[in-house]
Amino acid sequence: MAQPDVLSQPFELGFTYTRSTGPVVGRFLTGLRDRRIFGIRASDGRVIVPPMEYDPNTAAALDEFVEVGQQGTIRSWCWVKRPRAAHPLQQPFAWAMIQLDGADVPMIHCVAAAAEEELATGARVQVKWADEPRGFITDIRCFELVDRKTTAEGATNPAAPANDDSPVTRIDAPVYLHYNFTAGRAPARFLARIKEGVLSGQRCPRCANVYIPPRGSCPACGVATEEEVVLPDKATVQSFTIVAIPIPNNPIKPPFVIANLVLDGANISFIHLLSECENSEVHIGQRVQAVWKPQAEWGYAMDNIRYFRPIDEPDVPVAMIGKLPVTGWEG
Amino acid sequence: MKEIAIVAFSQSDCLARAGAANEVELIMPQLRAVFDQVGLNNAQDVDFVCSGSCDYLQGAAFAFVAGVDALGAVPPIKESHVEMDAAWALYESILKIRMGQAESALIYGFAKASSGELPIVLSQQLDPYYLAPLWVDNVSLAAMQARQLLERGLASERAMAEVVVRARRHALANPHAQLSGDVSVEELLAAETFVAPLRESDCAPVADGAAAMIICTVEKARAWGVPYARITGIDHRIETHNLGMRDLTDSVSTRQAAEAAGMKRGPVQVAELYAPFSHQEIILCRALGLGDETVINPSGGVMAGNLMMASGLARMGEVFRRIASGEIGRGIAHATSGPCLQHNLVAVLESA
Repeated sequence: MAQPDVLSQPFELGFTYTRSTGPVVGRFLTGLRDRRIFGIRASDGRVIVPPMEYDPNTAAALDEFVEVGQQGTIRSWCWVKRPRAAHPLQQPFAWAMIQLDGADVPMIHCVAAAAEEELATGARVQVKWADEPRGFITDIRCFELVDRKTTAEGATNPAAPANDDSPVTRIDAPVYLHYNFTAGRAPARFLARIKEGVLSGQRCPRCANVYIPPRGSCPACGVATEEEVVLPDKATVQSFTIVAIPIPNNPIKPPFVIANLVLDGANISFIHLLSECENSEVHIGQRVQAVWKPQAEWGYAMDNIRYFRPIDEPDVPVAMIGKLPVTGWEG
Repeated sequence: MKEIAIVAFSQSDCLARAGAANEVELIMPQLRAVFDQVGLNNAQDVDFVCSGSCDYLQGAAFAFVAGVDALGAVPPIKESHVEMDAAWALYESILKIRMGQAESALIYGFAKASSGELPIVLSQQLDPYYLAPLWVDNVSLAAMQARQLLERGLASERAMAEVVVRARRHALANPHAQLSGDVSVEELLAAETFVAPLRESDCAPVADGAAAMIICTVEKARAWGVPYARITGIDHRIETHNLGMRDLTDSVSTRQAAEAAGMKRGPVQVAELYAPFSHQEIILCRALGLGDETVINPSGGVMAGNLMMASGLARMGEVFRRIASGEIGRGIAHATSGPCLQHNLVAVLESA
């Protein structure tokens, strides 16, 4: 049996977060939408930008907003030669800690510059606003170095169109992360076998339970599983549910049956679809068998089995479910 | 108050990519190793289990629950988890024993960070309104910290390179190291910058893997008849999430934790410090007031390989091994979490 060393697959994980802002963050983001920057006065009189809700030293709730300038001074910085795909700028750029005029605490944002040599601690920068501010931190598109000859404060930034005067109270902040998922040794062996149309579980060396799909351990005993056990494609319904509501992004149209199935010779169930049946007649103990895709379509995937369908064998008593031999059920 | 002992420790090799190994397959060999060191069967033989991991790193929701498959949790066990480095799982376990609810505990940490783009994943632990949407990565934040250190004259690029040179030389004796060898300061400084002012060599190599530890009361350790090290103090402190409000050239929280843990009540022969960037070791040594009498990171530290979510626990393990073998009598272990050394834990370990 030829088995690839590593089975991997890229996937995107999305968190479609929306967040309520509260009054302090909301005031700051509302300011950004209007192309103004507000800080907040801390207990010791310092002005913090972006504003914090509570004083980090005294824990006092803060509420005195202070508008600050749109130019500032770089207090520290680094140079990103090779921007990452997620970064806000895709040409080499700097991250910087920028102390805006009128603020006492630096904020972190990006600085667009043609070359690393143009940057320095102490350099003056100014906000470059996004074309269409929406009440989000990226309304500050980036900072740019102040051109001393031509630029007066704020001159490069026309006022935002005042088409919305309601305060920002909520933001959409979706997060999409990209991974390359790698199957473990035991799952990879299982997937390589199912690509050949073979259902292969693993037996615990201590309690002798057979797991399919295997994960490489017996969770009950806490020992590694190695011995491979080839199983037939007949199973027993251990439990089931009839799904009546559509599930987003699921191509299967309701109503459909999802069942916990235990293969003959296995001791632990897995989940798969049940079809070619009267939904109302599905029951615990029912005997079923896999309906496979055409062999040409087999891949490293459990959906080589399209679904299970009922077969004409006597029901298995509840006490016997998960205890059948590999040879099956005689009734 | 019950005195606590470390009786077993094991860690995996530091691998840039663990390849075909899932969470359970990464954890099980380390659990087996610590059970064997004490002569235990499985997690049923300890009173409490606590793990440290972060599902975001491998992008698998409830990956830490999959890890429980390695334990032998039938019948049910007392189990807990921290979404942090397992050094904090050790802390929780110590509290559990001190409260009298357990006499022994198994602690493990694991990660398969190679599945994702770690610096970008870590950006999502930052402020969700002001920083996470910018995707500011942890290397860039550390680089801005390093520049402050350099420009205030508190470190030099040469001193940073010396940290790396010493770490890689120490790592020659560490069988689990991912990066070791004899390299010169000049060679390191000749390389181009990565995220200036940091060079790639200033950044600890990130590793997949796992580490495990067993702790218990000193009475239990004597009953088991195994060599042990006592944890005579442990404390952790956290600083504000607002990086602009911190003095990034110092580590106040590390100093406070060390004071509370009683570091200064005796000599510090060895300090294992979790410094994922070379300049951070300089910050930590200064914050702790460590001098020539202390060997810093004899294992190579995380410059030899940074096992995400297990490196802090591994620092404790490295000091434990040296005490249990009789090599030293007293040392400290440090763990960190968050950007630019935001959150720090210090433990004092002493011989029986």
